[in-house]
Amino acid sequence: MLQVNDIDVFYGSIQALKKISLEVKPGNIVTLIGANGAGKSTTLKTISGLLRPKNGSISFKGREISKTSPNKIVGMGISQVPEGRRVFPSMTVMENLKMGAYLRNDKQGIVSDLNAVFDRFPRLQERIKQMAGTLSGGEQQMLAMGRALMARPELLLMDEPSMGLAPLLVKEIFDIISFINSTGTTIFLVEQNAHMALSIANYAYVIETGKIVLSGPAQDLINSEEVKKAYMGG
Amino acid sequence: MFLQQLLNGITLGSTYALIALGYTMVYGIVQLINFAHGEIYMFGAAVGLFLVTVAGFSLVPALLGAMTFCMLLGVLVEKIAYRPLRGKSSRLSALISAIGVSIFLSTFMLLIAGPNTRRYPEVVNPTTYHIGSLQLSSMQIIILLVAALLMIGLNLMIQKTRLGMAMRATSEDLEAAYLMGIDVDRIISLTFAIGSALAGAGGVMVGIYYNAVFPYMGTMVGLKAFSAAVLGGIGSVPGAMLGGITLGILEIMGVAYISSSFKDAIAFGILIIVLLIRPQGLLGKKISKKV
Ligand SMILES: Nc1ncnc2c1ncn2[C@@H]1O[C@H](COP(=O)(O)OP(=O)(O)OP(=O)(O)O)[C@@H](O)[C@H]1O
Ligand SMILES: [Mg+2]
Repeated sequence: MLQVNDIDVFYGSIQALKKISLEVKPGNIVTLIGANGAGKSTTLKTISGLLRPKNGSISFKGREISKTSPNKIVGMGISQVPEGRRVFPSMTVMENLKMGAYLRNDKQGIVSDLNAVFDRFPRLQERIKQMAGTLSGGEQQMLAMGRALMARPELLLMDEPSMGLAPLLVKEIFDIISFINSTGTTIFLVEQNAHMALSIANYAYVIETGKIVLSGPAQDLINSEEVKKAYMGG
Repeated sequence: MFLQQLLNGITLGSTYALIALGYTMVYGIVQLINFAHGEIYMFGAAVGLFLVTVAGFSLVPALLGAMTFCMLLGVLVEKIAYRPLRGKSSRLSALISAIGVSIFLSTFMLLIAGPNTRRYPEVVNPTTYHIGSLQLSSMQIIILLVAALLMIGLNLMIQKTRLGMAMRATSEDLEAAYLMGIDVDRIISLTFAIGSALAGAGGVMVGIYYNAVFPYMGTMVGLKAFSAAVLGGIGSVPGAMLGGITLGILEIMGVAYISSSFKDAIAFGILIIVLLIRPQGLLGKKISKKV
């Protein structure tokens, strides 16, 4: 579904990604794990079109998207839940969700997806008129996820959804990610919480200073000594 | 006396507010102080004058014509002078480019129209209405009505429509707006279009009210409207409205009760004091660090 081939990405003269290649197969949860500054967010931003690779290609459902504008990429079916939630703070919960459906005009579909989001995240429904900036961190994460789902994406990119959340909430968020996947949405998940990510993923990549250093079925990586040592505290 | 001055202040202030809106909306989205905005206002006054004198338009069609012209001019300026720099060079380069456009536009007008101050012919009956001891000229009524109508319309648009929501989203978080599928370039164009049309309306009305149109008329008014936007809290739409009206009242009161030769000094002096106490402006949000 998504194929990233040998991309190089630079910030000015600093190279953040070095010949990154990876693949996300339809229906799967694929995870990219790595330490701070490894290049995880850079990878997601490049897939979404917010950054341009200097070399290499990115194709989605067979179409080259490495030069497509970010808004068009959303229209093609790729949504992102960005790092740090990035909800619109002075807009209400409802307005944030509506922005997620910005490119759609199927009124009935939007209403039914809105109800699905509220089923999934009842706390959002109680707060539809509240400014998003006044939500708790966990609620903002739910809003960011709900907002991305409102685009009805085929591929959902998620950047560290567990960041800064209490363990119980992390568990809840990962359950929801599994559920979203079970309804047919393919997921590419970036995480530092390697254990949690590997436990729900089908396939995994490990990134270190801009390079993929390891990849394989998530089950294999969970048991790999290397991963245990580096990312799961021994 | 006081009420009369207040009324005059609100009239002047509502024209500042119309112009301040363009500064604040553009700043809210691209963090650029659009120095050419005062010249857009000047073009509004000039095109309105042209339409009235040469084409024989009456007030409302001339107003609409000038607004349309300014809308196109604003969008064009953004496309030519700002868009190519966006994301590629520093904010400072965009600012310099804006100053360049401002000088270009006023010089261009000087070239085609000459330096003389021109006057609008009588486009409205110069009637004065009396309400108790208050005097209200027909042009004042028109300014207050048009300004109120435009600002209410703008608010409805921003609060209720899909594009208005996209404008707010883009000004809150440009990158996140992209991730919603918003065509950010288009929203930026729209912002310039709306802001410039409002400035054009201001230009026509001030041109008629003060009966003076000249190539450099945008400089001082532009500065004042920009200050009004800062006073209200740059980036905040209600702030620009409040800031504009406040500045208008301060200016008129300064003239009435202190001295006309110090009118700008008084208005700006108070502005500085307000900003010392509330750096984020009257309705501005505390300046938050962008991620
Ligand atoms: N806007 C930027 N300008 C310059 N360098 C940047 C920029 N954004 C990121 N970098 C650099 O690129 C590298 C990769 O950053 P990236 O944000 O992709 O890391 P990450 O894996 O997402 O880290 P984290 O887990 O902390 O979010 C880092 O060395 C970082 O300093
Ligand atoms: Mg990151």
